Amino acid sequence: MAATATAPGTPTTKIGKAALEVDDRLVVAGWTRRTLNKVFPDHWSFLLGEIALYSFIVLLLSGTYLTFFFDASMREVVYNGSYAPLRGVEMSAAYDSTLDLSFDVRGGLFMRQMHHWAALLFVASMVCHLLRIFFTGAFRRPRETNWFIGVTLLILSILEGFAGYSMPDDLLSGTGLRIMSAIILSIPVVGTWVHWAVFGGDYVGELIVGRLYIAHVLLIPAILLALIAVHLLILVKQKHTQFPGPGRTEHNVVGNRLFPTFAGKATGLLFIVFGVCAALGGLVQINPVWLWGPYNPAQVSSASQPDWYVMFLDGSSRLFPAWDLNLPGDYTIPALFWPTVLIAGIIFTLLLMYPVIERKLTGDTASHHLLQRPRDVPVRTSLGMMALSFYVILLISGGNDVVADKFNISLNAMTWIGRIGVIVVPPLVYVLTYRICLGLQMHDREVLEHGIETGVIRRLPHGEFIEVHQPLGPVDDHGHGQLAYGGAPVPKKMNQIGAARRAVRGFFSPIEEPSQVELEQRGEGRGLAAGEAGRELTSSGRPADGGRPQEPRD
Amino acid sequence: MSTTNPQSDAPSDVDGATPVARARARRRSKQRRRLGNVAALMAGLILTGALYSVFSPAQAAPGDEQSESAAEAAGRELYERSCITCHGENLEGVPNRGPSLIGVGEAAVYFQVHTGRMPLVRQEAQAPDKPAVFSDEEIDQLMAYVQANGGGPTLPSGDLRDGDVAEGGELFRLNCSSCHNFVGEGGALSGGKYAPSLQDSTDLEIYTAMLTGPENMPVFGDNQLTPEEKRSIISYVQTIKEQSDPGGAGVGRIGPVGEGLVIWIVGIGILMFGIFWMGSKA
Repeated sequence: MAATATAPGTPTTKIGKAALEVDDRLVVAGWTRRTLNKVFPDHWSFLLGEIALYSFIVLLLSGTYLTFFFDASMREVVYNGSYAPLRGVEMSAAYDSTLDLSFDVRGGLFMRQMHHWAALLFVASMVCHLLRIFFTGAFRRPRETNWFIGVTLLILSILEGFAGYSMPDDLLSGTGLRIMSAIILSIPVVGTWVHWAVFGGDYVGELIVGRLYIAHVLLIPAILLALIAVHLLILVKQKHTQFPGPGRTEHNVVGNRLFPTFAGKATGLLFIVFGVCAALGGLVQINPVWLWGPYNPAQVSSASQPDWYVMFLDGSSRLFPAWDLNLPGDYTIPALFWPTVLIAGIIFTLLLMYPVIERKLTGDTASHHLLQRPRDVPVRTSLGMMALSFYVILLISGGNDVVADKFNISLNAMTWIGRIGVIVVPPLVYVLTYRICLGLQMHDREVLEHGIETGVIRRLPHGEFIEVHQPLGPVDDHGHGQLAYGGAPVPKKMNQIGAARRAVRGFFSPIEEPSQVELEQRGEGRGLAAGEAGRELTSSGRPADGGRPQEPRD
Repeated sequence: MSTTNPQSDAPSDVDGATPVARARARRRSKQRRRLGNVAALMAGLILTGALYSVFSPAQAAPGDEQSESAAEAAGRELYERSCITCHGENLEGVPNRGPSLIGVGEAAVYFQVHTGRMPLVRQEAQAPDKPAVFSDEEIDQLMAYVQANGGGPTLPSGDLRDGDVAEGGELFRLNCSSCHNFVGEGGALSGGKYAPSLQDSTDLEIYTAMLTGPENMPVFGDNQLTPEEKRSIISYVQTIKEQSDPGGAGVGRIGPVGEGLVIWIVGIGILMFGIFWMGSKA
């Protein structure tokens, strides 16, 4: 249009003109500018959720490739592929096609393994992300919704993973599915009905692999994708939280713009995650279905475990006493119900409702955009560590037969270690964490009040030895610092406040000449070395202001 | 037979005149009676024993003690030196120490001694395998001794892998994998007992283990698994063992526990390193 073409700032480059054409039609310039200028705070722990996001992308891509070759059918066939030790064995078409994927499809085994590793990584990074959110209080108002969505994502991912684990119909899948069938049956009143609905009859039937397949490739991924989208949109809308620090308040966000810095880093991380999944998929064998053999209900292997994210339920089942509840009228609640349905229910309900619980307990209903350091909220941190220790003991107990075998411990001893540990360890962890938090808090205050220990010992004229402390700010008549704790990390070493030279750059190896750095810093008169010769210190530990000879500047 | 002959000089002493001589003669006749009784008893016993050995059908076939071969004799010596404390003088076993070896056969001796499980170092939940104490020759002697005196299953002959691999796999998963895991890596049993790994087992060790059911293992006699089926299982175990892992590092072939460790230590470990690195680039 003529009017726009003559307006000031008319684009002259080809890209600019093309962008103008697009904006003329879609009117997205304003939105795009706002989005690209969106600021994200920078901290390594904020990247944990991104790892989960990128491994999900790996899962979608590799999973799509697998669907081209996987046959989700329980039709019985006789294997006649290239893996000799199974030739002539009867198996389901699902298992047969998984073998073909592994041995006869180009890149099939690599894709299968990458998919499986990415799945393990997906849930593992979600757990790490969840822990970061929990321990820094990022779930507080106004971000409770995203916490609920996040926990739902975690639960759905576990179900998604289980469905994928059960689909190949190998001996391990079938064993897991048999246990799932038993868990469903153990639910009081509705168990049998639910089982009939899920399996279309008694275990194992002829439907379950097909049903798992559609849940695994369509139903759950679609819900996951939608929830991830909402999760991210809410994040963008509410803005990312940040740690307290200089210039950071409840009302601003300090960090990098989405474009180019943040986008560059994010892309870099995407490639790292891809690389890790691909490297594991190519170098480390996972779920060798051909070794497990086809599923046969009469067969089982020792050390048949679920993937790690379900292993805590295996552990709770191994530890829980065999308490059947026999009710009058020939009703029984089997022992399996308590550790698998009840405990899992309690764990996930508490996890989901934690923001509500904390709000009720603390009465804190204010909006928070600044994160908390774990040490500053000792009760929450200790509760979290307590829950984590409980979970880890269940997780280890899920593989307690392998631990027993590899470390020559009696399996019975492992069970009792787990049983006693799961009750005794969490309270101990609570107390320990609480004390550690208080200790760290005290140390922060001590440094703020007395300054950083310099390691310089000085002898006063009357013979007393003192360690010289470097105050972090103005001091009162007694030499005590007057800075208040602001929730940000307190520097505790002299080089953190620039007393030593800045570190030579380079993560793996120096990328600059150390002697050059030294010269440069001498020139700036920075660092302790610059004034080392004539250090003058007061008895209160404060370096005197004057009298420090300067290196002659070039 | 006694070589002394008291009857020969008896008449010369009978008509001694003096009381001393009479008394001596009385004593002598008493002695003579006694000697005669002993001789008669000995004769009776020897006759009975000889008759028994002639008529007893069990003793008839293997022949008498004189025909014990050199190997059996050497085996007996080894047995009396190293095994007798727990398994008893006549292979009958000692309560609370060791089981009877009657009927276990040379197959059991081969497995137990060749894998170093026997002789036992101490009584514990289960005898661990260790370097064999006896040489192959000594093991053969022990086998010969136990086989000769206790009887039982003997060593198989021929190619022990002469079977169908796929069928062996099915049989292995059905009969063995519940304790030894799906590739024979072994696994824990209750109370400190365990199913050992089959990674270092030879064909003959696996065969004799199935045949004799050592430690906590059930006996898979020829009625449960025919010799052909045993050979198929061995063929499968050895094939799987020698087969490389097409997917990369096998991480112990122990299933999801190893895989979970890898993702947390290697996967999350590398990525943590990655995000620290990116963080330091701020």
